[in-house]
Amino acid sequence: MRILKLIFKNTLRHKLRSSLTILGIAIAVIAFGLLRTVVTAWSVGVEAASADRLITRHSVSFIFPLPLSYRDKIEQIPGVDEVSFSNWFGGVYKDKNNFFARMAVRDNIFDVYPEYAVPKDQLDIYDKERNSCIIGKDIAEKYKLKPGDIISMEGDIYPGQWDFVVRGIYQPKYKTTDGTQMFFHWDYLNERMTKEMPGRANDVGWYIIKIKDPSQSAVISEKVDALFKNSPAETKTETERAFNQGFLASTSAIITAMDVMSFMIIGIIMLVLGNTMIMASRERTREYAVFKTLGFSGKHMVGLILGESMFISCLGSFVGLMLVFPIVASFEKFIPKAFFPVFYIEPITLILAVSAALLIGVAAAIFPIQRVLNTKIVEGFRFVG
Amino acid sequence: MSEIIEVQNVSKSYWRDSLEISVLHNISLKVNEGEFLALMGPSGSGKTTLLNLIAGIDRPTKGKLIVAGTDIASLGESALAKWRSASVGFVFQFYNLIPVLTAFENVELPLLLTKLSKSERRKHVEATLDIVGLGDRIHHYPKQLSGGQEQRVAIARAIVTDPVLLVADEPTGDLDRTSAEEILTLMERLNKEFNKTILMVTHDPHAAQRARIVRHLEKGDLTEGDNHENIKAHI
Ligand SMILES: Nc1ncnc2c1ncn2[C@@H]1O[C@H](COP(=O)(O)OP(=O)(O)O)[C@@H](O)[C@H]1O
Ligand SMILES: [Mg+2]
Repeated sequence: MRILKLIFKNTLRHKLRSSLTILGIAIAVIAFGLLRTVVTAWSVGVEAASADRLITRHSVSFIFPLPLSYRDKIEQIPGVDEVSFSNWFGGVYKDKNNFFARMAVRDNIFDVYPEYAVPKDQLDIYDKERNSCIIGKDIAEKYKLKPGDIISMEGDIYPGQWDFVVRGIYQPKYKTTDGTQMFFHWDYLNERMTKEMPGRANDVGWYIIKIKDPSQSAVISEKVDALFKNSPAETKTETERAFNQGFLASTSAIITAMDVMSFMIIGIIMLVLGNTMIMASRERTREYAVFKTLGFSGKHMVGLILGESMFISCLGSFVGLMLVFPIVASFEKFIPKAFFPVFYIEPITLILAVSAALLIGVAAAIFPIQRVLNTKIVEGFRFVG
Repeated sequence: MSEIIEVQNVSKSYWRDSLEISVLHNISLKVNEGEFLALMGPSGSGKTTLLNLIAGIDRPTKGKLIVAGTDIASLGESALAKWRSASVGFVFQFYNLIPVLTAFENVELPLLLTKLSKSERRKHVEATLDIVGLGDRIHHYPKQLSGGQEQRVAIARAIVTDPVLLVADEPTGDLDRTSAEEILTLMERLNKEFNKTILMVTHDPHAAQRARIVRHLEKGDLTEGDNHENIKAHI
């Protein structure tokens, strides 16, 4: 009881120094919590978002089409859930500057991309009509289009005059889901190609493969590509994630840096508290000599120093943990949902933060304890700090 | 009267970078129980070193030390610590009170190592602070006390466990004349009324005069046959 009181009083001796150290630990805990939350959320997001979709394209380039016959072969591969495909249509709508993505797609595309949410009744009508199309909410707003309206387009990649009837408007499910696309029946495109340019009939831009188990993506990708090896149209299959290489390569480097940084912060704060404890125990060299003279043992000295170190680190962590929840919560509002579908402090983050605090408390006390135990009483009395 | 301190052929050396500094040379000294002995000598003659050896906070390089019936040179570290807390009270030149503790808490410190209950500790501490005349300063912190008062708290801390031996290293060295006289009077009282054996290091002849025996240390050697007449000649 008396020892606890003494530990407490010792902590209050240099109020500014102790407060700054406690504040430093609190900030470190907040930074640690925030960084770990981003890191874990990112990895969760990446796995959940798109790892169950593979994209198969021509091994040379995107602009070379693949045969329609690949569809049935890919569907045979174990682990494949659904196969869809898509052609880039291009075209000019009213004016060259009205640019948005227009895609001829297999009818099951909305099963494969559930983030493009189309109302059931609209989808039913779309499915029944040859030249119907579904457009994103943003396009509908921008060009004031509603179901029943006609979109007339001048083809470029696929020449001719093309008319589409708007039959549905999809809602982007997440903040980062693209709301500016237009989808129409690939069959409609193919019918006209068969008639007008038979050489381009049954061409598919790229395949989208939904797989059952995301962890099998590498295996299935290899199997797909192996299937068409040494054929006139060899394929390159990768996850949708990897497909967006440019973005992801840089992001994952940042995430890795955050990962490393979160642990470096613990190291830095260990040095800060260690420094505080070393200064404090140097100043008290004479007092420790007095305690030993009076018959107090090494165990008591360890208790005094370790107790103070733990007290400071636990208080700092407590303050940090109290603040990290509201801070992470307010951060969540600014985070794109598609990449971070879950953004909250995981229990493991809390466990890590608390064990780091305990570890810091112990580590910071090691040098001062060693010094006190190795200092003889008479040396302690002769010490001039 | 029985001997409470018996120093037999004790030598002490320190090493500084493999260079041996011989501080005490083959010292022998006997002190009877209830004695008040002053140890005088110039600065650097080894007074503090000898006191520390007798009080068991330093170890001799050679020789035997029997204090309060125990061969302390042969004790292990923790046994020695136990012996110190039971047998010796310490008074230092610079008081060495713990600044974050009150007078009461400072005096209570040695009792925390005993089996006394909280209320028993309180009784002991209050009675001891009364003896040194600080019954009304119980909850003051060291920095709220004068030097003389601080030294009296330190004396209270030294005697609260009722040790047989009290060692004091220049207890008046940092005090003005009046405060010094008060401290010396208190020590005299402890010696006469409470029968404490006192070993006091000083280089102040006024202080030494209060003791019943005075011994001199010169460059690590104890000189024989000193008496009060010699001291009076110094004053
Ligand atoms: N721990 C130590 N290490 C090295 N030298 C010491 C140590 N303690 C004392 N000395 C040396 O021993 C000599 C006697 O010191 P001390 O006993 O303090 O003398 P006094 O108390 O008579 O002034 C001095 O020269 C001092 O420098
Ligand atoms: Mg000295």
